[in-house]
Amino acid sequence: MTPTSNYSFPMTFHSILHKSVNVIIKEKTPVAPDFLVDLNLDQIINTITTGKEEYNLKQYYFTPLSDLDIIRYRHEILQDLENPILFEYLKSFAAGMRAMREDLVQKEKLYYKYQYKQLFLDSAKIYCEAVKTLGDDLSEVNLKSQGLLSFLEYLKNYIQSHSFTKLCAETNKIINDLSTIRYCLTFTDLQVEVHKYESETDFSTEIEEAFAKFKQGAVSDYKVKYSHLLKMNHVEAKILERVAMLYPNIFMDLDTFCVEYLDYADKTIVIFDREIQFYISYLEYLAIFKQEGFKFCYPEFSNPQKGVYDYEVFDLALSYKLINEKSSVVLNDFYLENKERILVVSGPNQGGKTTFARTFGQLFYLASLGLQVPGRKAQLFLFDNLFTHFEKEENIQNLHSKLEDELVRIHDIFDQATPDSIIIMNEILTSTTLQDAVFLNKKIMEKIIQLDLLCVWVTFIDELASFSEKTVSVVTSVVPENTALRTYKIVRGPANGLAYTLSMVEKYQLTYEVLNQRIKS
Amino acid sequence: MKAFLMFENSNFSMQQKLPWNEKALIQDLELNTLFNGMAQGDNFIAEVAMKAVLSGVYNDVNTILYRQNILKDSLINASIIKKMYKISVEAIESNKKSYLSEFSLCYPTTTLQNAVGVMQLFVKFLQQLRTIADNYSDNFHSEGFTMLFAMLKRELDDEFFNRVKNHLQELKLENGILLSAGLGKGNTGTHLILHRFLVKRESWFRRLFPKKSSSYSFSIYHKDDRGMRILSDMKGEGVNLVANALAQSADHINSFFTMLQTELAFYMGCLNLHEQLTQMGEPTSFPSPLAKELHKHSFEELHDTCLALTLKQKTVGNTTNADDKTLVLITGANKGGKSTYLRSIGLSQLMMQCGMFVSAITYQSSLCDSLNTHFKREEDITMKSGKLDEELSRMNDIINHLTPSSIVLFNESFAATNEREGSEIARQIVNALLEKRIQVFFVTHLYDFANSIYVRKLANVISLRAERQNDTSRTFRLIEAEPLKTSYGEDLYNKIF
Repeated sequence: MTPTSNYSFPMTFHSILHKSVNVIIKEKTPVAPDFLVDLNLDQIINTITTGKEEYNLKQYYFTPLSDLDIIRYRHEILQDLENPILFEYLKSFAAGMRAMREDLVQKEKLYYKYQYKQLFLDSAKIYCEAVKTLGDDLSEVNLKSQGLLSFLEYLKNYIQSHSFTKLCAETNKIINDLSTIRYCLTFTDLQVEVHKYESETDFSTEIEEAFAKFKQGAVSDYKVKYSHLLKMNHVEAKILERVAMLYPNIFMDLDTFCVEYLDYADKTIVIFDREIQFYISYLEYLAIFKQEGFKFCYPEFSNPQKGVYDYEVFDLALSYKLINEKSSVVLNDFYLENKERILVVSGPNQGGKTTFARTFGQLFYLASLGLQVPGRKAQLFLFDNLFTHFEKEENIQNLHSKLEDELVRIHDIFDQATPDSIIIMNEILTSTTLQDAVFLNKKIMEKIIQLDLLCVWVTFIDELASFSEKTVSVVTSVVPENTALRTYKIVRGPANGLAYTLSMVEKYQLTYEVLNQRIKS
Repeated sequence: MKAFLMFENSNFSMQQKLPWNEKALIQDLELNTLFNGMAQGDNFIAEVAMKAVLSGVYNDVNTILYRQNILKDSLINASIIKKMYKISVEAIESNKKSYLSEFSLCYPTTTLQNAVGVMQLFVKFLQQLRTIADNYSDNFHSEGFTMLFAMLKRELDDEFFNRVKNHLQELKLENGILLSAGLGKGNTGTHLILHRFLVKRESWFRRLFPKKSSSYSFSIYHKDDRGMRILSDMKGEGVNLVANALAQSADHINSFFTMLQTELAFYMGCLNLHEQLTQMGEPTSFPSPLAKELHKHSFEELHDTCLALTLKQKTVGNTTNADDKTLVLITGANKGGKSTYLRSIGLSQLMMQCGMFVSAITYQSSLCDSLNTHFKREEDITMKSGKLDEELSRMNDIINHLTPSSIVLFNESFAATNEREGSEIARQIVNALLEKRIQVFFVTHLYDFANSIYVRKLANVISLRAERQNDTSRTFRLIEAEPLKTSYGEDLYNKIF
């Protein structure tokens, strides 16, 4: 007899993550694909989900969408959630549900019946309050998203249902009754006497009064923290037994309750509690950046066209670290229009090339999850597959040479890549002579151009930059007044491998002109 | 209960904020000599003296006079002051001992026992204070002491002592323990509170077997060690609040004694210092603190207290009338007493402002709310900045902290560069200070600077000069005279050619 399960409301609400039910998500946490590691998305996702392990959110973050409709569904929900009031409401709902679960976990560990029964009762109370509060809270907010609106409707019906109202009433009554109980203990030698409380005087207040005149300010707290083990010992159990004898009716009600409401939590609500955390976790993460003035936007999608852009973008993983170190973060802009498909990034080492490549990949990936992306204004492309090729440490077990190994991996990419894929190349095929490297890189470039897919290519080979009308050369720039200072900013411009070395010479005033003036003849 | 011996209506805080330049003041004015002289080996007095002296710049005229009166009382009744100081020290010591010996604070029953023990000792010391108040209050006339003794008589009356004795007796818990509790999470017992057994009229029998309501009992098997431990834990939890209340009350009484000790410590320090100065034959007198706006600064026979303490003998004093002067320019030969003079200016100002006497025959001065020293320093050991750079940086700090009623003492500042540059820097700074009527005492060898100011014959500038004589005495009086030209270069040239 479990009256709280098996609702059959005529609701269209299925999931806050998907519009329809036919999306199956594996319960097992999938392993992060390789490209997530290359793009530091694994770090980002770890940061986002830390402390929320109970929701098993990684599976959502590991599952890019292929349907623009669902992306819009999620955008709407996120836009609703940008209302800080709603956000706080959902967070306190989550806190309630978490407290409920903790009670139920604790309950399993207890031995004495009036102990675990009380915890069960307590969990039901927390559940009732969390659900009711959420119902009130959501009704108060002006919701616009289809997802949250249909959830609210479901929730309202549930709250008004007979079984839920009855659950709440019963829970409250017993909780109240228990809280009114106050009993006395008299200790004489080894005897413990349990009796009802009759207004006795509190000794500690009398002491405080007697010495109040000496009060000088804050003093230390001598109270010992009694962290009551929830698990009772046998003496406490004996006392509780006798308290139950002093108040038999209240404890009988508790017995009945535990049988009648064995499975009280509604499944749809339980799943909502978990899935909404996908959004909450991401927005909490973004808040760290928004507080520092970084901008995020809901990207437009160019599909099937491939003109993309985003302004004031940054690497989330790196910026997270820099914010913690109170260092400043560099923002970048990029765009690809008309026939442009490939950004070829060149410039000095440690100049921000790889960071830019990662940023690019992060943007498209996060967009594919239906989330906001870094940047002021963005138009991106929904890919069918995202590939990265970053230089790897040599693998001894692999009999191929490093160069060969790389070519094999690149070949694998081309086996799967379609014109709708995105490829991110970072200093590939460098473990050979320059002549070889130029040759190989050009060959790969030809293939990419042929596929007409979007690509970022970090390289020291200047020739790639002006390879075709589909390639755009971008370089890391320097501060005009101090050419040795790297800005980590990526701008369009011709590739020039010497620029950085020259800037160092100027900084130390060792250029020909300066030396002429400094050295007195 | 407050002592109010330092301020008319607030406590003297050992945590108070001291002037930003406390370290520079201590170093430049050699204040540690003063503090040690006051302390006579009592570190606590030294610390109080430091806070009191350095925080003096925040005091108003009333506070200074309030303390002067208390100090006058103390000088007359030195033995009683010392006795009260001793009582507070002993009370605090006894508390420390009893807590250190049993630091098992995780058992409220132990805490309670300790607190009962400490309280019994405290009661003894409180009674001693009360006795002093009863016997000697008539010998004191200052507002501060009159209030203190009246308060002791009022608050520590017989009724208080009786009540405390009864409570302490009951808290030995010799008659068993009565607790109440409610049901917490998982129905565990919670909010255990100790209650007093009902009024004495009720019989012992009624107490244990109240007739109205039913009760259920059980016993712990006498070999059930764990059960017994649980019982004593529950008792512990029950007395938790009471133990806390009593231990905190003990802390409060301890704080009371600490406060009394602190505020008496200042006067103890003054008594110690007075004794030494009198022995050496140094003059002492209570200065006249004047309003900031009056721009007064004059004295007769002002001595450098720290120099006297170091030499342990009578020193030479100086007499200056710098009323309405903004700049006192001090030049002259080395070892002529310029630095001593400058230090005595700073020192006496601080001593006056904290309520002490000064080493002078007469002394009057307007209060300042910021005293600054810009003394020549040894080479910067950190090597981070050049010497002039360091001097200018310190000057910048001072400028950042200047208030309208500030005093700045310069001792051979800006000598790290050549005379022309140094003079120009000094001129620029001093002229600005003059315009803002910041009081400046400037000891300098920069003749170009000193003379350029002197020749303007400004009404608010006075020029003093130190003479070096073929005598064994270390310090000499400064005389009012034009800046001395030290023409080493010319001398040298003449000597060689």
